Amino acid sequence: MTETTNTVAFTPERLAKAQEIIARYPEGKQKSALLPLLHLAQEQYGWVSSEVMDYVAGLLSILPIEVYEVASFYTMFHLDPVGTHVIEYCRTGPCCLMGGEDVYGYLKSKLGIDTGETTADGKFTLKEVECLAACGWGPVFQIREKYYMNLTNEKIDEIIDELSKD
Amino acid sequence: MPVKILTEHINVPGINTFEVYRKMGGYTAVEKALKTMTPDAIVEEVKKSGVRGRGGAGFPMGMKWSFLAKPEGVPRYLVCNADESEPGTFKDHYLMKNNPHLLIEGMIVSSFALGANKSFIYVRGELMYVIHILEKAIAEAKAAGFLGKNILGSGYDLELVVQPGGGAYICGEETALLESLEGKRGNPRNKPPFPAVKGLYQCPTVVNNVESIANTPWIVNNGGEAYAALGVGRSTGTKLISVSGHVNKPGVYEIPLGITVEDFIYADEWCGGIRPGHHLKAVVAGGSSVPILPANLILTLANGDKRLMTYESLSDGGFATGTMLGSGGFIVMDETTCIVRNTLTFARFYHHESCGQCSPCREGTGWMDKVLDRIEHGKGNMRDIDLLVDVAKKIEGNTICPLGDAAAWPVSAAIRHFRHEFEWHVTHPHEATKPGAVYRGEMELV
Repeated sequence: MTETTNTVAFTPERLAKAQEIIARYPEGKQKSALLPLLHLAQEQYGWVSSEVMDYVAGLLSILPIEVYEVASFYTMFHLDPVGTHVIEYCRTGPCCLMGGEDVYGYLKSKLGIDTGETTADGKFTLKEVECLAACGWGPVFQIREKYYMNLTNEKIDEIIDELSKD
Repeated sequence: MPVKILTEHINVPGINTFEVYRKMGGYTAVEKALKTMTPDAIVEEVKKSGVRGRGGAGFPMGMKWSFLAKPEGVPRYLVCNADESEPGTFKDHYLMKNNPHLLIEGMIVSSFALGANKSFIYVRGELMYVIHILEKAIAEAKAAGFLGKNILGSGYDLELVVQPGGGAYICGEETALLESLEGKRGNPRNKPPFPAVKGLYQCPTVVNNVESIANTPWIVNNGGEAYAALGVGRSTGTKLISVSGHVNKPGVYEIPLGITVEDFIYADEWCGGIRPGHHLKAVVAGGSSVPILPANLILTLANGDKRLMTYESLSDGGFATGTMLGSGGFIVMDETTCIVRNTLTFARFYHHESCGQCSPCREGTGWMDKVLDRIEHGKGNMRDIDLLVDVAKKIEGNTICPLGDAAAWPVSAAIRHFRHEFEWHVTHPHEATKPGAVYRGEMELV
């Protein structure tokens, strides 16, 4: 599981990236950088803690509440600690038509956890998400930036076994 | 072979690189536009083309452009809506990941036409890998002198910014998208003022879908009239249709508007028919928001003519017997599909995605989700079916943005055309809740 410390800060590379992002917007509109910065923070810490949100607020010279209200609105931001691999499984109609629910059932039993839970070893967190815009290649789930498509029980075995080696 | 405006080169190896895209004739529209055309002349061509917004609403793009206010000394913005999140829709995802330069070329000619010097592509956050593809392509175009200061010596400057969303369907609504781009929650704005007058940062703004913008290089190169010559009536040009569900060949197809629905489903060139041993039961033709139609109604109009893949033909008959082209998210269902279960997943989707700003939508989507869940799990009663229709009616037309309508339509249409399946869940709860149970009674299959 990824942990935050009391001294939250971007790595030097990410800080440079953050400055570059902030400079993209017109003068006085730096708040536009909020979503990109939250993504950057989540990439570093795995999730977005209140310390992280306070830090991002500081970078953008906005109030912490302006970050909290945004981070809690968008479902991609994890506001609680998560496992190394967050599996975001599509539960919407078109994936269900392709047997998505059965495959999901298999995934849950393989990991021994239910939606929203993390495995005891901290490796996998399971989340259900809405449509991922890959309906013709369903069932689909996403882990970080990667899409896993046309899922079957056999594919689930391969993917989970591979990621378990990390 | 039908003309392909968007996908002609999509399978050329390396088309995602500047070099190959350029070799295949890419960026000639930028040269033509910046060196030989005025911005107004481009707007005129887009108007003549009759191209309609490809995000789902189908509003004429040239007309939308002509509404853009142009006060002196105030920046104008073009924002590309790449927040593709409508269930069943994955055409923009396909286009951007395979041919990013087409969108970038479209952004350049469109920004020039509108007088924008900073333009944004707002991509749903889940597609972070596509964002990287676009950013790489932008860097290549910039290095080649097609972006940045004084493009091709024309004196025109343009910066393109790719902005990630955060996982919220509502940000596909253009004013919610602008709020999100300003770093806020994606709550749709009250209109008027429309974005054309007060949009991003309260400046005049045009928001266009990926596919709409990707059409503009072809229109610049070939002229609006040539574009309008394709298609049928007010459905000009081609359309990307993303197909999911029970067909032999799901995927993204660029079709000439005007082919028959029957051809589209059964011809080898397109979907290749229903998977072996199965029969067509129903289709959601334009993304989850549009009314579901049973097999006979999607294939045939009330007058017996074949239904066509056009804006007009798909909506023929109104909601009584018709539907909409919408986003082109074409979801095909065979006889193994439980309509109640499918409707429940859609209702759950809208409940999850409602921004919560308007009470009819916030409360209504929750009610529909709850009541459908009850029916699906054998705990509903007959009054629940009418309750669903009633709730849907009370959401429709009573919200700031179209999400309310989008949530109401699939529920009311499912009950309109498949009421017997809902009733069967109520009268046969034991049977209906068995794994994989599907109503097998009176049902018209094709």
